[in-house]
Amino acid sequence: MTKRFGPFAGREWIALLILGLLLFVVFPTTLDVFRLNLVGKYLTYAFVAMGLVLCWGYGGILSLGQGVFFGLGGYCMAMFLKLEASTPEATKIQSTPGIPDFMDWNQVTALPWWWEPFHSLPLTLILVIAVPVFFAFVIGLAMFKRRVGGVYFAIITQAIAAILTILIIGQQGYTGGVNGITDLRTLLGWDIRTDDAKFVLYFVNGGLLIACLLIGQGIRISKFGRLMIAIRDKEDRVRFSGYDVANFKIFIFCMAAAFSAIGGAMFALQVGFMSPSFVGIVPSIEMVIFCAVGGRLSLFGAIYGALLVNAAKTTFSESFPELWLFAMGGLFIAVVMAFPNGLAGVLHKHIEPRIYRLFGGLRGSGTTGAVSSPHAAE
Amino acid sequence: MNAAILANQVPDPLQKEFILTVERLTVSFDGFKAVNDLSLYVDEHEIRVIIGPNGAGKTTVLDLICGRTKATEGTIKFRDKELTTMREHEIVHAGVGRKFQNPSIYEELTVFENLELSFPRGRSVFGALAFRRDAEVRDKIEEIASLVFLKDSLQTEAAILSHGQKQWLEIGMLLIQSPELLMLDEPVAGMSVAERLKTAELLNNIIHNQSVIVIEHDMKFVEDIAHRVTVMHQGKILSEGSMDHVKHDPKVVEVYLGH
Amino acid sequence: MIGDYTIGEFTSILAMQGFAGLILFSVFVLMALGLAIIFGQMGVINMAHGEFMILGAYVTYFCSQFFSAYLPGLFSIYFFIAMALAFCASFGLGILVEWGMIRFLYKRPLDTLLATWGLSLILQQFYRSVFGAREVGVTLPEWMLGAVNLTDIIEIPINGLFVMGLTIIITVAVYLIMFRSGWGKQVRAVMQNRVMAGAVGINTKMVDRITFGLGCGIAGIAGSAFTMIGSTGPTAGQLYIVDTFLVVVFGGAASLLGTIASAFTISQAQSTMEFFMSGSMAKVLTLLTVVGILMLRPQGLFTLNIRR
Ligand SMILES: Nc1ncnc2c1ncn2[C@@H]1O[C@H](COP(=O)(O)OP(=O)(O)OP(=O)(O)O)[C@@H](O)[C@H]1O
Ligand SMILES: [Mg+2]
Repeated sequence: MTKRFGPFAGREWIALLILGLLLFVVFPTTLDVFRLNLVGKYLTYAFVAMGLVLCWGYGGILSLGQGVFFGLGGYCMAMFLKLEASTPEATKIQSTPGIPDFMDWNQVTALPWWWEPFHSLPLTLILVIAVPVFFAFVIGLAMFKRRVGGVYFAIITQAIAAILTILIIGQQGYTGGVNGITDLRTLLGWDIRTDDAKFVLYFVNGGLLIACLLIGQGIRISKFGRLMIAIRDKEDRVRFSGYDVANFKIFIFCMAAAFSAIGGAMFALQVGFMSPSFVGIVPSIEMVIFCAVGGRLSLFGAIYGALLVNAAKTTFSESFPELWLFAMGGLFIAVVMAFPNGLAGVLHKHIEPRIYRLFGGLRGSGTTGAVSSPHAAE
Repeated sequence: MNAAILANQVPDPLQKEFILTVERLTVSFDGFKAVNDLSLYVDEHEIRVIIGPNGAGKTTVLDLICGRTKATEGTIKFRDKELTTMREHEIVHAGVGRKFQNPSIYEELTVFENLELSFPRGRSVFGALAFRRDAEVRDKIEEIASLVFLKDSLQTEAAILSHGQKQWLEIGMLLIQSPELLMLDEPVAGMSVAERLKTAELLNNIIHNQSVIVIEHDMKFVEDIAHRVTVMHQGKILSEGSMDHVKHDPKVVEVYLGH
Repeated sequence: MIGDYTIGEFTSILAMQGFAGLILFSVFVLMALGLAIIFGQMGVINMAHGEFMILGAYVTYFCSQFFSAYLPGLFSIYFFIAMALAFCASFGLGILVEWGMIRFLYKRPLDTLLATWGLSLILQQFYRSVFGAREVGVTLPEWMLGAVNLTDIIEIPINGLFVMGLTIIITVAVYLIMFRSGWGKQVRAVMQNRVMAGAVGINTKMVDRITFGLGCGIAGIAGSAFTMIGSTGPTAGQLYIVDTFLVVVFGGAASLLGTIASAFTISQAQSTMEFFMSGSMAKVLTLLTVVGILMLRPQGLFTLNIRR
């Protein structure tokens, strides 16, 4: 067992320190607001990736539908912002003033009832989490209680991502269709498009990220965390030790959904729009790769994975768009075949020992709670 | 003959001394009856050994008792609880513990953590989140660990234990739940002679608190521990009684022990 | 089903819709057959299945170009040659992929899923870089054009009929190979008990490789047939992959008949609903129903009653 001081082991405190410095000192001081906003956008995916560490890395539950929860969270936020931007004065040229512009374009003449709660910010903030978690709960309840898991679960979550995308695109009068909900302006009168706002939102985002990291770490080091490893390894043994295994899976899946939803909401706030292109099959499976690149068993890794893959994506698609898919495909294959524990694994196995050797002796916590083999996940 | 055996153990309904009462238990897999109209009565503090040829349905009986397989017909009463309608974890909560045929432990966790996860507290989601490793837990784990000869390996990763140690660990994981009925599927398979003796001693030590059902092929071991022996064949009970009795039952000799 | 003069137009439209559903059914079956072998028999999730299909489609397209340019005399039968080549190409690529990737991942189905997804991205981009992003369509030989007029209103296009006929032939062939030949017996033996199969002298590695290749080859034929009724682009395969997986899972992964029945149900449901509502809503409803049923009754549809 690792020696822990509070929630983290020694080396994890260092990792937290480095992460904190990077997010709150290095990036804000070296990047211009445009780039900082971009980093903030990447970090919203880190929420999803951390959720995947919990449910895929630890629980062995591969969800290929995390985009659904990211999207639902994002749409909830975007709906609030859109309503705020659609005051009767701002939309008086429409044939029905006071409703979002895309509704008007699609001959919708009244706000649908399910948009109403999003007039209120507190209610919206609750719904940002509650709606995705509710969906995750229903899916989890249906699947895990009947012991559906593994590839069936993956395929069904993927199908759900496909369904939601088609639905959003098909119902454009209510959802904004393929363009999504765009032209978001203010949050309680505070213009979110200004540089100052983007700067502030970046820090809010970073703060939430650290909060989620702490929650995730709390789960990881609790008996719950060890139970997840046990379930991934020998589900039956856990059941015959008196646990209702399905409940644990449902909980961790809901937790992952909640993380994704927070990411989605922060995305809508920082980027200023939300569209179905962050919901479907392709974005959902890309989110898995963020997690896998960072290391499916490392919460810190998930954050770096999300940052690096997205930064690479931006660079590549600016300069060699045709190479990006090759790189992405290669990444999928590489993390599965060669680096199953991602960057965190490489760091742990190859780089850390060298550092230790360099500083000689300064030892004590060479091992982590991190577990060697991710393959036990069926 | 069979009737005679049954006659002297059909329970007097007024007298509730059996910890486990299995009656007319049948399970059929697509028409194949792996367990066929089987009745079994286990006393408090009894060590019952079930023997029988491969495929006789021994493991299936344990599966049925612990809820892993659903019975097609029949009843399983544990004290006054009907187990056939309960879910697996509820059966465990009722006080039934089960060891699997292949050692089933969490290879990626340490011996300590393996035992800790089996400690009967914090079994709900939020209970597990709030679970604290306090003195009570630690003491109990150490007590059990010394009982199953693993006191010195508490911080060892379970994967690198020897096969025999894994079997012990799994037994320890059951003991820490303090079940009233312990079911062990081939607990000494793959153990050395010395280890077998230790295991027999272990079982004889714990018997003061619980009843045990053991499935075993090793006749020497069976002789060491059994109070009574049940011989199964093709899903049915072939013979039942003391070790001496079944050993000399011609039917048993024919199908199982050999001449 | 066949139009009735007295009931008139409505019936006819319904019949036409039903026929459209049958063509969709054929595509589903052709794609699902390959998957049913790879997933149902081997338990391997091949997310690049659609790209194997597209490979077959491109091979067919190039054959049609080649024949019309150099061998116009043989153009009327080019399709059969193209189909054989499509099978070979996809089969070959399948063998290569099994050798280079899949064989390391047999015990890790979720990882296979991710790795083959990566492969599908690479193949898509490869097609785009080599063949261009544009959708291409083949020229059909004369005899495949036109339609059979069953009534004044009901027209059954010949290429559709051809694809359906092809589907039947391939289905029967797959059935014979997998369930009636000695080789099929070997495949099932390996999948049920690898160690024992190896012990009785079956070359399990070879069986794995050929089975995977066969599944991919059938996808190639599916792609070939696909060109008869639609155009081909680098990403066309991805459009069908989730649907096809649902078809296979819905039908019960290891059962050929189940796959066909579920392909029929899903395709007919979708094309009938398309008549009453927009295409996207029809698809949403179909998928939702399938997912809903799968959530409620997984055991009846795809779990076998065996000890885990
Ligand atoms: N879930 C199941 N589905 C189908 N058949 C089963 C199932 N479970 C058990 N069987 C069959 O029931 C029979 C009895 O099996 P069981 O494992 O109970 O035998 P056993 O007495 O424990 O044998 P062994 O000494 O080899 O452990 C076997 O023929 C087995 O194949
Ligand atoms: Mg057995």
